[in-house]
Amino acid sequence: MNNRWTLYDPRLAWMLVAPVLLLLIFFLVLPIAVMAAYTFFTFVTAGVETSALTTANWQEFFTDSYYSGFLLKTLRVGAITALLCGVLGYFPAYFIWATSFRHKWLLLLLLIVPFWISFTIRTFSWINILGEQGVINVALLKMGIINAPLPMLYNEGAVILGLLHFLLPYMILNVYVSLEGIDRTLISAARSMGCTSAQAFREVTLPLSLPGLAAGLLLCFVLAAGSYVTPQLLGSGRDALFGNLIYDTIMSELNWPMGATLSIVLFLLLGFFAAIYTRYMGMSQIVKGLGG
Amino acid sequence: MKLTTTKRLERLHDRYVNGDLSRRTFLSLTAAAAASAGLSMPWMSRALAAVEQVRFDGWGGTVQDAIDKFAFQPYTAKTKIKVVQGTFGDEDEIITKIKTAKPGDYQVIHSSGVNYYIKYVNGGLTSEINEANIPNMVNVLQPMIEPFRKLTPKLSAVPYDYGTTGIAYNTKVISPEEAKEKGAALLLDKKYAGKVGGYSDMTTRVWYAALATGQDPNNLKDMDTIWAKVRETRDLAKKFWSSGAELMDLLSKGEIVVTDAWSGRVAALQDQGHPIGYLDPAGSYAWMEDMLILKGSPMAECEELINFMLDPATSIAVAEGQSYPPSLDPNRVKLTDKIAKLPAFDPTGTMKALTFADPTYWATNEDAWTKQWNRISKGA
Repeated sequence: MNNRWTLYDPRLAWMLVAPVLLLLIFFLVLPIAVMAAYTFFTFVTAGVETSALTTANWQEFFTDSYYSGFLLKTLRVGAITALLCGVLGYFPAYFIWATSFRHKWLLLLLLIVPFWISFTIRTFSWINILGEQGVINVALLKMGIINAPLPMLYNEGAVILGLLHFLLPYMILNVYVSLEGIDRTLISAARSMGCTSAQAFREVTLPLSLPGLAAGLLLCFVLAAGSYVTPQLLGSGRDALFGNLIYDTIMSELNWPMGATLSIVLFLLLGFFAAIYTRYMGMSQIVKGLGG
Repeated sequence: MKLTTTKRLERLHDRYVNGDLSRRTFLSLTAAAAASAGLSMPWMSRALAAVEQVRFDGWGGTVQDAIDKFAFQPYTAKTKIKVVQGTFGDEDEIITKIKTAKPGDYQVIHSSGVNYYIKYVNGGLTSEINEANIPNMVNVLQPMIEPFRKLTPKLSAVPYDYGTTGIAYNTKVISPEEAKEKGAALLLDKKYAGKVGGYSDMTTRVWYAALATGQDPNNLKDMDTIWAKVRETRDLAKKFWSSGAELMDLLSKGEIVVTDAWSGRVAALQDQGHPIGYLDPAGSYAWMEDMLILKGSPMAECEELINFMLDPATSIAVAEGQSYPPSLDPNRVKLTDKIAKLPAFDPTGTMKALTFADPTYWATNEDAWTKQWNRISKGA
């Protein structure tokens, strides 16, 4: 028997993949499994639960419309945010790709500069912009355009704005990577065959950049639907998302079994959407959009 | 203060008795200490000086700044024991962290009195203080200690300060006369719709709804009316704040003009020159705070720290800095004029002028009411 290693030896492949696999098992699969087990634990009082198994948490989730209402609202806000990111993010990505500016890296650097500042501080900054004493209201009042401050903070609009601020770079980078993968001679070919610039964009550039747009939409949707800091800081209680319900249940009610149940629900739902999305968009297209 | 070997051994023994040290560790360290009497090795000093720091978690902001400046820094200078600090905006948050940590990771908590004490007791998170190690406890108000002792005859916490959650208002918009006349009803005044704030906390919301409906907050008869009032305030509110920093930000920036507020934080804003008034309406929500030692903490060091904090000079300096009256009995310790002028200060030392939450009554209803409040706060 030949025990020597070959280049494509399955044993070598397993060895190479083993560290990542172990990390995934210990830091992703196992915690989720523990959380799934917790959903069947019995809540006694704030901060106290027993391992006596019960389906009470799941029953409460399925029979109480409070939870389903927030779930639908979360999906709606996630979808609106993702679509706005798509519309607003495509143009900057296209500009960065198409520009003949010599220092294109500078534009890409500007895109990631916001990540150097804490996410919480970036979100808080909107309070100084949208608040009653914020830049916009103060400027409008001083110019005499308005008589009373506009209520721009602590509503759903402010939450979506905060999410856009957070998620737009992800969308732009996804679309940009996809655009970079396009063979520019195809556009030249389209133009040489009589296409106008707009037609070349519609018939060649846009379809070929769709995988990046699709990947960006999925990423933005999942991140927006799973967020809780932005609605906490920029929204009122009514603008809470499902993540805030999870936070309250675990941190305020100290009801871990129910909090675990809600967490698993959100995890499964977002996983379901991702699966459906990739089923119809094609995983290969998404991966391609992500730069694969 | 340099710790003597005898004192270190006493501490080790205390920790062993309290279950904070394994038998093996205790014996090893004791043997090392015994050997050091005649033979000194470098590793022995390390063994005996095992506790070099104490972990403290508090409310941050002006309150913790005062504790750090007037208590922790002098304590470290005196004992060489560092106080490593963390902060939280909401005490449930730190309880969650404690639950997921191993005993000893979190040690001393600036806790919100008896209501929260029950949660630590129920969760099996409390320690047993050796009161003999905190001689300054003799100066602490007995009416503040008694509620804790009712729950656990062997204390795990020592009362440290108290305050009220009264009504804060912007004096540029609301006159002191109007505030005095309307009292707690200011939170329900439609004239200030969209400019009202409030603490995002079940107890505070239910308490003020009780005052608005003329019910005894410690014996509520009609919860439907209470929740209706809570919804009413919610609909008028611009934002329910969730930390002292957020409260101060909302008030100072004029985002809200009236809110229930912590007396000490309002005093801090007044000191900064903001046009903020404060009043305690009849039945205003009074609370006390304590220094709670968690299970698994180095007891002797924590007790020593609390004793230092309760030293009259330290306690008075902290109280003046954080603008909350200390737990010191004014009949035993001469307090300053500045403290006498603080909101909520009780010169009699009986605490009868203040209305505290009945811990047993509130603990019985805590789970259901917190759940209901969380729903109402989200529009339900």
